Amino acid sequence: MTLQLAKPAPPDDDKRWKMVEVTMRRSGYASHALIETLHRVQGLFGYLDEPAMNFVAESLGLPLSKVYGVATFYHLFSLKPQGKHTCVICTGTACYIKGARELVDGLRQKYGIELGQTTPDLELSAVGARCIGACGLAPAAVVDGEVLGNLTVDQLLARIEKVIHDAT
Amino acid sequence: MASSEPVLLANVGRPDSHTRAAYEAAGGYRTWRGVLARQSPAEVQELVRASGLRGRGGAGFPTGQKWSFLAQDRPGPIYFCLNADESEPGTFCNRVLMELDPHQVLEGLLLSCYATQAATAYFYLRYEYPLAYRRVEAAIAECYAAGYLGRNILGSSYSLDVFLHRGAGAYICGEETGLIESLEGKRAWPRVKPPFPAVEGLFRQPTVVNNVETVACVKHICERGSAWFRSLGVPPDPANPRDSGSFGPKLYCLSGHVARPGCYEAPLGIPLDELIERWGGGVWQGRRAKAAIPGGISTGLLRHDEFHCRLDFADPLKFGCLGLGTAGVVVLDEHVSMVDFLHNSCRFFAHESCGQCTPCREGTAWALRILDRIRAGRGRWQDLELLLEIGDTLGIIPGTTICGLADGAAWPIKNAIRKFRDEFEAYIRASNPDGYLETHPVRALDDRHLQVRS
Repeated sequence: MTLQLAKPAPPDDDKRWKMVEVTMRRSGYASHALIETLHRVQGLFGYLDEPAMNFVAESLGLPLSKVYGVATFYHLFSLKPQGKHTCVICTGTACYIKGARELVDGLRQKYGIELGQTTPDLELSAVGARCIGACGLAPAAVVDGEVLGNLTVDQLLARIEKVIHDAT
Repeated sequence: MASSEPVLLANVGRPDSHTRAAYEAAGGYRTWRGVLARQSPAEVQELVRASGLRGRGGAGFPTGQKWSFLAQDRPGPIYFCLNADESEPGTFCNRVLMELDPHQVLEGLLLSCYATQAATAYFYLRYEYPLAYRRVEAAIAECYAAGYLGRNILGSSYSLDVFLHRGAGAYICGEETGLIESLEGKRAWPRVKPPFPAVEGLFRQPTVVNNVETVACVKHICERGSAWFRSLGVPPDPANPRDSGSFGPKLYCLSGHVARPGCYEAPLGIPLDELIERWGGGVWQGRRAKAAIPGGISTGLLRHDEFHCRLDFADPLKFGCLGLGTAGVVVLDEHVSMVDFLHNSCRFFAHESCGQCTPCREGTAWALRILDRIRAGRGRWQDLELLLEIGDTLGIIPGTTICGLADGAAWPIKNAIRKFRDEFEAYIRASNPDGYLETHPVRALDDRHLQVRS
């Protein structure tokens, strides 16, 4: 006879929790599936809040502290809501010496945000990356998942303008 | 040095080079079929040992020797982890391989798993490579469909499963035990060694961790033999008993201020100036080079008068660099401020230190704060000595940390200040003319001044 633990209930009746449960079930609710599960939650909800981390912790049989520890250790996980669009600016060595600073300055001047911040209207998040492995294309940025290389400030701002405009 | 035809990049540039059809049309998986039918795992291991292949991930440890450490007497499975968490600034050769020729990587992985008798392989890919993720995922599915993976592969008694695992943005996951911890779903805190992963690694089982380019080399060693592999590169230096030679082809990533940045293949040991002039088209905009990073920022700096350095596992050490690293060469032209460069480098390591060992956590953070202060016009002469003291006491080599991240943080500090001391002194004197000779303790900057500017 095996001990059947009660399955924790999702934080609310949002349908997306079912998909999170699928991810956890696929690995047999093993604790080593934590990172993949957090990827899933963030992919579906955009960020990790406390109810979400609590749910994942209880489902995988981990203390909340462990889940919180992992969520804060890896740079990709965000505990705050992110903007609808993301602009990742690479600040690796090659990009840095070829003008990443100008890109960051341009972003600050136009949108008033530093790397790691989101505009108050939740339209755009600026993220600093330590090296995205596109050194041959320096300076590089990633706007909504698309890698842009050999960038000037004007090109970057035009691209951001376009993705925001196209979505509205 | 005589040029040789590309081997690792042979398929790159062909149409649809990422598909199995294109890879097999170019002779792909023939080696895997042949080895599986005719060679024993021990024979493959011996072949790799005889080839003198050294790990391409940065440390240059002999691959055959690493495999031979695997504990054979332990019950339970052996795991193989493929380290595709390429995040050293200046490095992108693994991305090129995974995006444009993922089947070559997989064939190398299959052969390496067979040689080590691993039944499960984890492909640890960094999250920042979405295209590589899609291509490798598709390539693994194609391999299962073709029967190259799964149970009783091609009718043999050998079975292998490959799982693709994405990281979540942490440089430290490239350290082999950090990678193992991360695969177990934990913070990527490197483990104290021994026990080495070959004895007790993933899920406390014997584990091998190899780099993407290393397993790609294994494929070509199995195909062309160890004598071919040893015909490329540089033999061991007889004067240095610890050097086991630098054999085989290597992917060099060239970026920074060169006319044609990119990923180039050459036999190990190509001199840096030849790489920059012949492959990179020289320094851009007709300028002169000031310095170059030989193999990712962790390896330190070469001054422009040291560009005759051969890029192999031994030569950069003679110039005070940490080693060949990942062979990610970044060229800095005469307009780059070394103070800014070092600040950027320190910011990277302060951000990426995992926080486990105090010398690294505090050392990288304080080096950054000192450089912040220097750039805010409050630098002092003695700051240079202070930075060097931090640099000299950080890392595995002085014996103060668990892993090599701190050595990587220390080398740019040591090289930049020792090789460009004049520039640092001039910067400090010019930016803080009234106070640069102060020796009494200065107050740390308040938060207003510490606001990080990129």
